[in-house]
Amino acid sequence: MDMETDQIYQIDVGNLLAFNPNHRFSSAPSSREELVKECVTEGTKLVQAIADTLFNLPSTETNDGPLVQLPPPSTKLPREKHLPRPKPPTKWEEFALKKGIQKRKKDKIVYDETTDKFKRRHGYDRVNDDNDIPIIEAKASDEPGEDPFAKRLDDKKKRVGKQEKNRLENLKSAAKAGALPSHVQLAVTGLPISGTKAQPKKIGKEALGDVAGLAATSTASGGKFDKKLPGEKPPKKQGKHHKYLPVVPRYGWVDEEKEQTNKVLGKLLSKHSHEILNVGKAINMYNDKKEKKKSGRSDKLKAKKDITKKKPYANKAN
Amino acid sequence: MGQVAGKSSVMMEIRTPKTHKAKRVLEKRAPKLVENGKKTLILHGTKTSATVSSVLMELYRLKKGGAIKYSRRNENIRPFESGGETSLEFFSLKTDCSIFVYGSHSKKRPDNLVLGRMYDHHVYDLIEVGIENFKSLLSFSYDKKIAPHEGSKPFICFTGEGFENVQELKQLKEVLTDLFRGEVVENLNLTGLDRAYICTAVSPAKVFLTHCAIKLKKSGTIVPRIELVEVGPSMDLVIRRNRFPNEGLRKEAMKSSKDKPKKKVKNVDQDDVLGKLGRVYIPEQEVGKIPLPDKSKGVKRERREGKVKKNKEEGSASKKLKESE
Repeated sequence: MDMETDQIYQIDVGNLLAFNPNHRFSSAPSSREELVKECVTEGTKLVQAIADTLFNLPSTETNDGPLVQLPPPSTKLPREKHLPRPKPPTKWEEFALKKGIQKRKKDKIVYDETTDKFKRRHGYDRVNDDNDIPIIEAKASDEPGEDPFAKRLDDKKKRVGKQEKNRLENLKSAAKAGALPSHVQLAVTGLPISGTKAQPKKIGKEALGDVAGLAATSTASGGKFDKKLPGEKPPKKQGKHHKYLPVVPRYGWVDEEKEQTNKVLGKLLSKHSHEILNVGKAINMYNDKKEKKKSGRSDKLKAKKDITKKKPYANKAN
Repeated sequence: MGQVAGKSSVMMEIRTPKTHKAKRVLEKRAPKLVENGKKTLILHGTKTSATVSSVLMELYRLKKGGAIKYSRRNENIRPFESGGETSLEFFSLKTDCSIFVYGSHSKKRPDNLVLGRMYDHHVYDLIEVGIENFKSLLSFSYDKKIAPHEGSKPFICFTGEGFENVQELKQLKEVLTDLFRGEVVENLNLTGLDRAYICTAVSPAKVFLTHCAIKLKKSGTIVPRIELVEVGPSMDLVIRRNRFPNEGLRKEAMKSSKDKPKKKVKNVDQDDVLGKLGRVYIPEQEVGKIPLPDKSKGVKRERREGKVKKNKEEGSASKKLKESE
C-alpha cells in the first residue's frame, strides 16, 4: 500500500460518515481474505478518526451513559418531499389586511349581565345562548304571521351555509397553490350539472348491464319496441329519461337551472364561441333558407310556373 | 363535512379524518421543514434466487424499524422502464417510503438489486447492482456479546478514490449513505455505538460492502481504541445500470430550509460584581382567562373537610382502642 497517500479523511460527524478518497489498491490482492482484511483495516482507521472527534465533544452524563450533542450533518442529501408551500391568504385575511383589523384573543370566560356571573363563552351554560331567549320583542318592520324564533334559526342556517361555502372556496384556492393543509382532502362527489365538464367514471358491472337500456333512450319510443336478446333483462327505467332540475334551489345551494342556462349562453357568447358554433355554416344555412323562401316553393325538380306566360293555343280552330 | 356546491358547480366535499390517530398519521406524512428519517421499501420481482432473497431478508433485519418488506412477487415492476414504475410509486405513497430496494434474478442479470430513491413519491434516481460473493450473517461466527443492537446508529465508511472520480460510484455512495443513515439525531448515546458499514471501491465498477460490530478497547485517553469484527452480511456490488436524477429535480430536492437562527437568551445579564442576573416579569392577571372552578362533588370543601374530620376521628378511635388494649 502506498505510504505517500494524504491521510486527510472527509469526516461528517453528524452522519457518523467518513470517506477516504486517497486509497487505491496498488497491487492486486492475492486472495479474498487478504482483500477483506485490508478493507476492514482501512475501515477501522476511518471509524477511529470519527470516534476521535466524537468522544472529544462535550458530553452530559445520564442514566444510560454519556450523551453527546451531534453537530448537524454536513453531507447534503436530497429531501424526500417538497418544502411546504406558503398558503395563500383567505378572503377574510385579505380583507382584514386591507382594513387593518387586528386579531383579538377572545376570553374563555365572559361576564353575563342578566345573571351576575362569569360564564363560559362556548359550551354548557354559555353566555348569550340562542335557545335561552324567552321573549323576542316585535319590531314595526315584522310581518304579523312570521315566527321570529323560526326566523332566527333560518338566519343561522343561512350564515352557516355561507360560511361553509367560503371555507370551501378558501380550501380550493389553497389546493390550487399546492398548500392544502395535511389533514384535509377535497373530494369530488356527485354528478356534475349538464354543461359542465363531466368527470370520467369507472364503468361498473351493473352499468354495463344497463347499456342496452341506455341505448334504448335514443329511439323515439324509448325502447319499447326494440328486439330483445335472449337473457336480456328489461331496462330499469323504461321510456324517455329527463332530468328536471329543481326550480326552487335549496338553502345555500346554487340555482342549478339558472346555472345550466347561463352556462350554455355563456359559451355561445364567449370569445371561443366559434369553436362551438360554426358561424360560417350557420350563415350558409340561414342564407339558403332565405333564398328558398324568396323563390317561393322552388325546387329544382319542380318546373317553374310563370302565370304571365300564356299556354300555346292548340286545336282552337276545330 | 357536508357537501357544498362551489363556483364551478361541481359537488365537492371536505374530508377530514374522524379520529385523532388518523390526523396524527396524516400530519406525520405531510411535507415538513425538518423531515423524518426515510423509510425503506423492500420487495422482490417475478423470480428471485436464494442469494437475492437472503440479501433482502438480511437488509430488512439490519434496518428493522425503518423498513417495510413485501413478501409477494411483483411482476409489473420494472424500474428502468417508463411504465414500470407506477406500482412502485403507488407503494411508496401508501407506505410513505422514500427508498426502495428491488431484488430480482434473471439469466441476463443474475442476483440483481435495484436501489432507488423517491422525491414526492416519484422516482428520483436509480442504481442497479449485481451481487457477488455474498456471505450471509449466519455464516459469521463471533462472540454474541458484541452483536449490534437493532436500530442503533451506524458508522458509515467509504474507502477508495473511485467514490470521488467515478460518477456511478459517487451516486452509489450517496444512495448507501441515505439507506444506512437512519434517523438524523441531535443527541447520541456513546455506549450505543456498536455497528459500522464498510464500503471499499475495489475497482471503478466494483464495491465491497461489509457490516461489522464495534469493540471499544481501553486506551490511555478518553477516546477508546476501535476494533472491528465482521458480523456479516458481506457482498460485492457490481455496478450495472443506473439513472441519474433530473438536473432540475435534483436542484429542487437539494433545496433546504434556512438554518434556525441561534436563539438569544433573553432577560439574562452578566454582572461582574453580582454574577448572573435575571429579570422576572409577572404577567397581568387576566380574570377572563382563569379556569372555571372545579365544581365536582368530591372536590367540594365541605366534603374534603368532612373527610379529614372523619379520618381524625377514626384515627383517635383506633388510638383509644389501642390504649384500651
